[in-house]
Amino acid sequence: MSAPVTPPATPPVTARALAHAVRSGELKAAAVVEASFARLSRVEPTLHAFLSLREDAARARADEIDRAVAAGRDPGPLAGVPIAVKDNIVDRGGSATCASKMLAPFVPTYDATVVERLRAAGAIVVGKANLDEFAMGSSTENSAFGPSLNPWDPTRVPGGSSGGSAVAVASGVTPVALGSDTGGSVRQPGSFCGLVALKPHYGHVSRYGLVAFASSLDQIGPFALDARDCALVFDVISGFDPMDSTSSPHECRIGPLALERPVAGMRLGVPRTWLTEGLDAEVVRVMDETECRFRDLGVDLVDVDLMPPRYAISTYYILANAEASSNLARFDGVRYGRRSAEARDLNSLYERSRGEGFGPEVKRRILMGTFVLSSGYYDAYYAKAQRVRALFKASFDATLNQVDAILMPTAPTPAFVLGEKTEDPLSMYLSDIFTISANLVQNPAVSFPAGASTGGLPIGMQLYGRSRDEATLLRLVAAHERNYDGAGSALAPGAPPTRAFA
Amino acid sequence: MTTDTTLDPAMRARWEPVIGLEVHAQLRTETKLFCGCPTKFGAPPNTQVCPVCLGHPGVLPVLNRRAVELAVRMGLATGCVVREDSIFARKNYFYPDLPKNYQISQYDRPICEGGALTIEAGGRTHGIGITRIHLEEDAGKSKHPEQAGDHSTRIDLNRCGTPLIEIVSEPDLRSAAQAHAYLTALKQLLQYLEVCDGNMEEGSLRCDANVSVRRAGTTPFGTRTELKNLNSFRFVERAIDFEIERQIRRLEAGGAVVQQTLLWNPSLGETRVLRSKEDAHDYRYFPDPDLPPLRVSSEWIDRVRGELSELPAAKRARFERDYALSFLDAGVLTQTRALADYYEAVAAGEGVDAKSAANWIASELLGQLNKRGLAIDESPVSVGEMQSLMQRLGERKLNGKLGKMALEEMIESGATIETIVARHGWEIVADDASLQAMVDQVIAASPTQVAEYRAGKESIYRYFVGQVMKLSKGQADAVRVDELIARALRGEP
Repeated sequence: MSAPVTPPATPPVTARALAHAVRSGELKAAAVVEASFARLSRVEPTLHAFLSLREDAARARADEIDRAVAAGRDPGPLAGVPIAVKDNIVDRGGSATCASKMLAPFVPTYDATVVERLRAAGAIVVGKANLDEFAMGSSTENSAFGPSLNPWDPTRVPGGSSGGSAVAVASGVTPVALGSDTGGSVRQPGSFCGLVALKPHYGHVSRYGLVAFASSLDQIGPFALDARDCALVFDVISGFDPMDSTSSPHECRIGPLALERPVAGMRLGVPRTWLTEGLDAEVVRVMDETECRFRDLGVDLVDVDLMPPRYAISTYYILANAEASSNLARFDGVRYGRRSAEARDLNSLYERSRGEGFGPEVKRRILMGTFVLSSGYYDAYYAKAQRVRALFKASFDATLNQVDAILMPTAPTPAFVLGEKTEDPLSMYLSDIFTISANLVQNPAVSFPAGASTGGLPIGMQLYGRSRDEATLLRLVAAHERNYDGAGSALAPGAPPTRAFA
Repeated sequence: MTTDTTLDPAMRARWEPVIGLEVHAQLRTETKLFCGCPTKFGAPPNTQVCPVCLGHPGVLPVLNRRAVELAVRMGLATGCVVREDSIFARKNYFYPDLPKNYQISQYDRPICEGGALTIEAGGRTHGIGITRIHLEEDAGKSKHPEQAGDHSTRIDLNRCGTPLIEIVSEPDLRSAAQAHAYLTALKQLLQYLEVCDGNMEEGSLRCDANVSVRRAGTTPFGTRTELKNLNSFRFVERAIDFEIERQIRRLEAGGAVVQQTLLWNPSLGETRVLRSKEDAHDYRYFPDPDLPPLRVSSEWIDRVRGELSELPAAKRARFERDYALSFLDAGVLTQTRALADYYEAVAAGEGVDAKSAANWIASELLGQLNKRGLAIDESPVSVGEMQSLMQRLGERKLNGKLGKMALEEMIESGATIETIVARHGWEIVADDASLQAMVDQVIAASPTQVAEYRAGKESIYRYFVGQVMKLSKGQADAVRVDELIARALRGEP
């Protein structure tokens, strides 16, 4: 058997196409990995998607996969597929800096469950992707190691917090990537970079090995070029994990056939009252176009009522910051990570290590979270926010009893210019206004490419699904792909990032 | 020892102490509360650890089912209500031996609530309320080498994540002696149930006390202080007594008790202030989002109830009834489950008199074992050998004196009773002719004593018995000798 050793076709190439070629022996995993690194060396100096690379490990793993194929064994559904993993997910002997000076020196001693599952499926981690420090942010500008830039327009942010992962896929370094989504951190960069980006139902993907930001909201999710790749990666990483007590015992695999099923007769809800203020006119236009395309597919669109999203913002920032203040307490310079050289006694060890190690946004959130849990304030903030969260859950459940999914924009605007919102945390928080409710109610939600601004920036739309029902969401996205010209999609032939870095 | 100038009893009587105890008991599980690391005591520092108990980035807790079962067991044994839905909460505070800088514990919805424990103190029994029993993980240990030039702190995280229950009593205790009795009863119960090994030296059982005093006859509580580090039964009683007297002195002098946490220093025999109310931690408790509510089904609770072994109080009552033992002896023999089991096994032997076996085990065997620092389950005298000894005594093949010598030798050498009797040629002289001859000889040689006896000094009777035993080299049948001497002294043929 003489497989070609030339690199694969110019990106974008889907993960399933690569895996198919590697499994069938048409393409060497080694060649796929080299092509990925070659692409990376071309785009990385401009875009800064990665915080560290796994070149030696990736090449060694590619050789193993090629040997397995040569020996007639199947390396799995993601055989030879290069993948970028957000650097708040641990890989043994690698890193989990969380884009923080605090964890820059830390070397993980174990693999996250998702990393183990990716490896077992034949995927090859090529590097760890940039993010907002501890996943707190919406632009990657909070990374202690500098922001990633949007491959569609490098004067703009790629979104965040999982910006590096989105950039890796949109710029053709890897066909898929993993991010984490606590309030929209997978979906919003997915929207800004023209990708399909899924936040699974809470508990469907193990959090073991994901450095916790807000434990009750965090979910790891995939970035992909289209719905089928997204489902493929989801099926690999999801499923019960005994190491995560919040992991769901329910079967949640989507399978290869679910996405082919027609969507005619399905019902989509549109929360019209959510779409009034602060929405970019181009986003409104793309929303209209998307509604039309779904109508063309035979889907019914109906207006639905949901609790106003402004309550979601305050609820979210109370709960997320409360959990974060406790989750980030372990980073104290005592056992691992950064320890201040200036420490003189225990208190100064804590104060200086944390003072030097954390960036301003992380400190702001720890302070807010500590405050809302304090004696005398707990009931007014944390306890009340939990009750409001329950109301949101009830509101979404009631609506989702009437419709198969809810359609809305992913973000109020396309990708914004670097520095535009860094001085105003509240306006940054508002860029998550449409995404955070999914984390509060724990249901799955997906962002998918649906159009482009007149300036050529991707604009994503979002679907909220019923409890545990990723399959319906991706089925709708797949149907939409069949009725859509690909404007603003990184998968479209000759999409701007591909052209710009060719 | 401190030489507390004792408080004027009249002054002391004007005040009533109010005490509640918080006891931490390490659960007897093989593995930790939220990971698979072993819980064995005494391993080299930082060898029983994994990413989870080290609080590494990204780890998550998974609850140990066995620990839940043990907590439920203790709850049921103290008559608590076991919650079918309890919540784990995070208790947030920074400490170097607490790797996550929060402890996973239970706060407003503990697993067990509202039980009681009966104690005996001052010749009376008292019911002491148990407010709650909750599950939590232990922290590690900070060690301060304190050698010249070395100001470092070393941290051993082996104990980190070890499962504990905290048993909180109501403020129902009224003296240090009652606190001691409560702790004794609690330890006995924990050991009986095999919930905790009760070893205070190794830290498996730890006690904090809340102490206040109030004017005798009044109901409102006084300001309390919390005493920490009461790590032996002796310290508990001494520290509480010290604190009661300190508070009374202060109040009598017109001062006020300040709410604070005090640390007992056993070598100085006094307390020092650890922190006052103003520096009290705000633990910022909130439900741990990594752990769903703990559901203990009623079926599970019933199963644990069904497996519950006989509790000490019930066993004691049964021993009194079934073996006709005194309250005191029954209490001694039911102190530990191992001792009670040993006694019952011996008493079940053919030809063993249960009451006499109780005396022999409670006084002779335990005395000998205690002298050597051995526990009952380390006894060199097996149940079978003890039965054999009891049978020989019952059949009067050995008298008490020889029996005691034999028992001591059995413990010392581990030899069987048969070997020992044969080695010494111990054979009880029981034929009346030989015994009568010895009795006659002693009576004849002791005219003064005989006269005294007949003049009414009956206590001298023991003298004659002793002389006869001496003459027989200890081998005379003591019961028969008694009879023969009595007859001789009465002047009967």
